[in-house]
Amino acid sequence: MRITQGCFSFLPDLDDEQIRAQVEYCLRNDWAIGIEYTDDPHPRNTYWNMWGNPMFDLKDAAGVMMELDACRKANPDDYIKLIAFDSTRGFETVRTAFLVQRPKVEPRFSMTRTDVRGRSMTYTLSTVQP
Amino acid sequence: MESKSTEIKGKERYKAGVLKYAQMGYWNGEYEPKPTDIIALFRITPQDGVDPIEAAAAVAGESSTATWTVVWTDRLTACDSYRAKAYRVDPVPGQPGQYFVYVAYDYILFEEGSIANLTASIIGNVFSFKPLKAARLEDMYFPPAYVKTFKGPPTGVVVERERLDKFGRPLLGATTKPKLGLSGKNYGRVVYEGLKGGLDFMKDDENINSQPFMHWRDRFLYCMEAVNKATAETGEIKGHYLNVTAGTMEEMYRRAELAKQLGSVIVMIDLVIGYTAIQSMSEWCRQNDMILHLHRAGHGTYTRQKNHGVSFRVIAKWMRLAGVDHIHAGTAVGKLEGDPKTVQGYYNVCRESFTRMDLERGVFFDQDWCDIRKVMPVASGGIHAGQMHQLLDLFHDDVVLQFGGGTIGHPMGIQAGATANRVALEAMVLARNEGRDIANEGPEILRAAAKWCKPLEAALDTWGNITFNYASTDTSDFVPTPAVAAE
Repeated sequence: MRITQGCFSFLPDLDDEQIRAQVEYCLRNDWAIGIEYTDDPHPRNTYWNMWGNPMFDLKDAAGVMMELDACRKANPDDYIKLIAFDSTRGFETVRTAFLVQRPKVEPRFSMTRTDVRGRSMTYTLSTVQP
Repeated sequence: MESKSTEIKGKERYKAGVLKYAQMGYWNGEYEPKPTDIIALFRITPQDGVDPIEAAAAVAGESSTATWTVVWTDRLTACDSYRAKAYRVDPVPGQPGQYFVYVAYDYILFEEGSIANLTASIIGNVFSFKPLKAARLEDMYFPPAYVKTFKGPPTGVVVERERLDKFGRPLLGATTKPKLGLSGKNYGRVVYEGLKGGLDFMKDDENINSQPFMHWRDRFLYCMEAVNKATAETGEIKGHYLNVTAGTMEEMYRRAELAKQLGSVIVMIDLVIGYTAIQSMSEWCRQNDMILHLHRAGHGTYTRQKNHGVSFRVIAKWMRLAGVDHIHAGTAVGKLEGDPKTVQGYYNVCRESFTRMDLERGVFFDQDWCDIRKVMPVASGGIHAGQMHQLLDLFHDDVVLQFGGGTIGHPMGIQAGATANRVALEAMVLARNEGRDIANEGPEILRAAAKWCKPLEAALDTWGNITFNYASTDTSDFVPTPAVAAE
């Protein structure tokens, strides 16, 4: 199944020219871009692997695109996302994040229902790798 | 207006009898507000023949210590510090007979962290005062010393996004329709379809509580089945605002508790539950990692008319202090009242760390929010995918856009309606970030996306030409405002 995390998952996958335009938008806003990858896109999996630190002080989108290429080569069948960090007081958080690579076959999530307290229910989501 | 103090002091001031409010010390044109003063700006319409300065003094008096006659017991207190002081009166531009009145209040007048106490003074008696034909609270300033007595939003924009793992775009929601009459099982179906199709949130309407056709537990159970199923099928965090509004606090806590047990990320309340109940629910949400959504049900009875009531920007300020995470703040382009600039003023009050004075947007004071968290405004009511460029251009990213009819009424079904909205949104954000002029190129950006997205094409064909072009009643007094939404 196609997971729909990130800012642009309902659009056709972005090509490199489109990715570069988004990177330039982030740099115009003085956000530092990080690259993260994982094979487990569980919606509560907050901490994906970092491909190095966020790129502070970067001025040219080419730097991000180079790192992205390297990350893709090393992790050809993982999810990869770009994340933009804003250090402005009052934000100090991620300002945009979007997927830039998906595995050829994406995992799905199973939902386990457990009856508790009468008609009440607890739900557990687990990643099911293909 | 220039007028020096006419205050009478000493023995003469406390002779039994009736004095003018200005003579009692509630007007001082030379008063410089202290950095710790709370300031209220009223728009007043004095009765014919009533001097505006005396009317201003009366407002200050009636919203602080005064009664209609002199009382000697004032002399037992440091009464000058308890008197609010009207210190500035300006005629309202273009509105003969109306005046803006600035009143300063010493912060000793207010209990810490209580909107109920604040409002009991500021809007307590004064709005019924006979010498005024009408009065409206236009804006308020709160000094840091007072702001810091409130905890503010339990979650706030930043943490809400981190919890939901959604960044860089407005969030999307829809209100389940029809708002009354669906059984729990049918209701949950609408929730599931909307979330599966691409929305982040579905929502109870303001008047869905626990009626004979759907008791609250049924609604909660079916909605959370829908939320969890949609989350599993999309890999994305989803939510449904479960409205916990009820007749008593005890019952609201009971409902909120079940929402928590079922794993909901968010609960909802209506403005009509009252300020104290709102602050209590805020405290509960803080203790239970819950986002708090506020529907502003009832506000139109006192916010809409310009000459009398309370401006919504003041309600928004009170609610940021009281501590809600979402607040309905208008759409500008939808079916409900709201001039675009005025609505942007409300959004700024909700979202900025420091709100600057901006008369064009109806904001009269600089306001330092002292790092209390930001409230996510919600745009809901008669908006559709064809307006996506206008909505993004007006409100930017930190907003929930709610398309109720615009999702559920889609000719290809609810999922298709949700998908149309999500595709329209993502296409518009992508284009904006690429540097395109979405205000002007919006319609072609939408049409280009509709070429590969049938649901969006159908949405644009169905609603593309729907606009709600009526003159707004609540507009800024300082600029000519357009009477209609832009095409």
